[in-house]
Amino acid sequence: MSKDQPISPAVMAHRRAENTSASLVGAETDQHPVATAVVGAEGPEEMTGSRAIIRSLEQLGVTDVFGLPGGAILPTYDPLMDAEKINHILVRHEQGAGHAAEGYALASGRTGVCIVTSGPGATNLVTALADANMDSIPMVAITGQVSSAFIGTDAFQEADIVGMTMPITKHSYLVTDPNDIPRVLAEAFHLASTGRPGPVLVDVSKDAQVSTMTFNWPPQLDLPGYRPVTRGHSKQIKEAARLIAAADRPVLYTGGGTMRADAAAELLELAELTGAPVVTTLTARGVFPDSHELNLGMPGMHGTVPAVYAMQQSDLLITLGARFDDRVTGQLDTFAPNAKVIHADIDPAEISKNRTADVPIVGDLKTVISDLTDAVRQEFETAEKPDLGTWWTTLSTLRDTYPLGYTRTDDGLGSPQHVIERISALTGPEAVYVSGVGQHQMWSAQFVDYERPRQWLNSAGLGTMGFAVPAAMGAQVSQPDRVVWAIDGDGCFQMTNQELATCVINNIPIKVAVINNSSLGMVRQWQTLFYDGRYSNTELNTGHNSRRVPDFVKLAEAYGCAALRCESDDEVDDVIKQALEINDRPVVIDFVVSADAMVWPMVPSGVSNDQIQIAKNLTPDWNSED
Amino acid sequence: MSRHTLSVLVEDKPGVLTRVAGLFARRAFNIHSLAVGPTELPGISRITVVVDADGELLEQVTKQLNKLINVIKIVELAPENSVQRDHIMVKVRADASTRLQVTQAANLFRATIVDVSTESVVIESTGARDKIHALLDVLEPFGVREIVRAGTLALGRGPKSMSDRALRH
Repeated sequence: MSKDQPISPAVMAHRRAENTSASLVGAETDQHPVATAVVGAEGPEEMTGSRAIIRSLEQLGVTDVFGLPGGAILPTYDPLMDAEKINHILVRHEQGAGHAAEGYALASGRTGVCIVTSGPGATNLVTALADANMDSIPMVAITGQVSSAFIGTDAFQEADIVGMTMPITKHSYLVTDPNDIPRVLAEAFHLASTGRPGPVLVDVSKDAQVSTMTFNWPPQLDLPGYRPVTRGHSKQIKEAARLIAAADRPVLYTGGGTMRADAAAELLELAELTGAPVVTTLTARGVFPDSHELNLGMPGMHGTVPAVYAMQQSDLLITLGARFDDRVTGQLDTFAPNAKVIHADIDPAEISKNRTADVPIVGDLKTVISDLTDAVRQEFETAEKPDLGTWWTTLSTLRDTYPLGYTRTDDGLGSPQHVIERISALTGPEAVYVSGVGQHQMWSAQFVDYERPRQWLNSAGLGTMGFAVPAAMGAQVSQPDRVVWAIDGDGCFQMTNQELATCVINNIPIKVAVINNSSLGMVRQWQTLFYDGRYSNTELNTGHNSRRVPDFVKLAEAYGCAALRCESDDEVDDVIKQALEINDRPVVIDFVVSADAMVWPMVPSGVSNDQIQIAKNLTPDWNSED
Repeated sequence: MSRHTLSVLVEDKPGVLTRVAGLFARRAFNIHSLAVGPTELPGISRITVVVDADGELLEQVTKQLNKLINVIKIVELAPENSVQRDHIMVKVRADASTRLQVTQAANLFRATIVDVSTESVVIESTGARDKIHALLDVLEPFGVREIVRAGTLALGRGPKSMSDRALRH
């Protein structure tokens, strides 16, 4: 990753990979020239399948992989040892390799790579693959498989990983002929990173790794059934522009697709041209700056009052790379009842899946948004630019009346929201913030100020507890010069903290803020609200007045991390500052906070978004807004 | 719920049928019949699926099918614009006393006797679903011993071919 590396074919390919990932889809609608465009033709050369795997990865510009060897992938780990251009990071659990590859991809836009063995190694990846599939994360997973002669015999460490992961991968391959390796890997990277990105699994049998093949580069891709649409239909774009020009209460509903398409600049232009309010979903936090006056914040179950209200009252949802997830819409048939819907997405299957689109636009959002901006500009020239004054008066009043906030709990213990707010304030938007899943995730989405794309990484669709530490590790590897914060919960942290060992050994100095409320906080919150405070199996005994099993400070020290503890709001700033000074090893801070803090606002599950509550049983007074 | 016939052009590769069937299974759609075979194009197979499904849900499944990398093209064939044929073989009890009647019944349906033994005959028939059902009704009283039936085959009427443009790029 250093800048003084000589220009080699692989480095040039890597640079090209960075360029193409920026446009996401490239122009490969009608043919598949990707591999042919990679600089550095090679071969023919005789080599083992294993060497061919490593050589292909180098040709594809891969510089970092996360993995853990085992019997069926052993042959590939041998040439990997000599691969100077590939930095392999040995994880402690395969799930960690998967999430690290995801974090790497989310923070950089480049395809994340992990390598594991067959059987349990591969099944340990399943959660990460499902996670990457839900959140459209470009990732290639290479798994070893038992020799082809043993496949289907219940051989030692055999698992039908291709069969198991069919519903949770964008595509998968079983390779038993070593001559297929270069083509399959080139196809895997092409599939993972273009169109709607996603995880691709390549399962390589042991005999394919050890036998000899003839290596040729570039391979010819053979994907006759894969033709992602790049440009939006011009008639639809014109129609969308016409609706925008006629709308009184438009909302730009932006989702993770805008992030994947690298369309932040295009979005900013469209938003400023239309003057419409912008809501950024959980996966889109940062794609539009929080500090921008048009940004109403996050919509949905724990969204801001103005964001939720704006969508409910809207007459036009300009949906860009969002998918009407149930956590955004609440009860679907009462969601935005008066809104027409423009729905732009690269995946045609998303259009009208949950909410019928009036104007569907299939295409790469980077070009779609910029084409739409041009069309709107034209429309504003002929028709008049709509006056959104009344709309903004209502929204601004709501924003002033119901800002995001929190009240301290009655027990006098530390506030988790305060901790997160201060981490953001003292670290700034150039850092990367990664969370696990639960209360701390929602507070991180709410109380960190997001100003740039790829600043915020989390497991949104699958909601994978334990995502934070390994994903932060992957993010740090791809962004060595940024501060990377894993804001984790005490429950999540206990699922994947073994990767602290990986971080310490490999000098990956992530900072972990464990928001320790001694419980499975989000579940506990639901028990408080909907189960009469009957706390069934949510106490974890890690916080105040508990046995502290484990003691996170001792645990972190045992791993060789710097370890700090903070037990009250007064100490928060000092402890964060201390953590920010330590850059030679990972830091773990045990922020012991109140278990009674709750995430507000909240739309209770299964009801209309109109029922949003800003505190327990407290719904905003919608009528006093004039 | 209504019955739909989908023709799916796919790459002839291992696992493709599982991927296609999996998408129907996940949504608990019952596949009524399934036929798979090679086409005029080398390396390309054609799957004919008959499912009972609500139209909107089917559209979603069709879109998901289209996302499968190995799927090249999908067409829904409406009964009025396509020829749809079922293929069946039935083993019917037929001894010296009933053989003539059974044979006559088969002849009425232009079905063929493809095997004869002292106690049974095997009748083969191809035709539209209704005709096959009518044949079975007529054979029923004689005693049906065994039925094997292939998935519905369907082809659009007229000169157009669904594979014409599918592989050009």
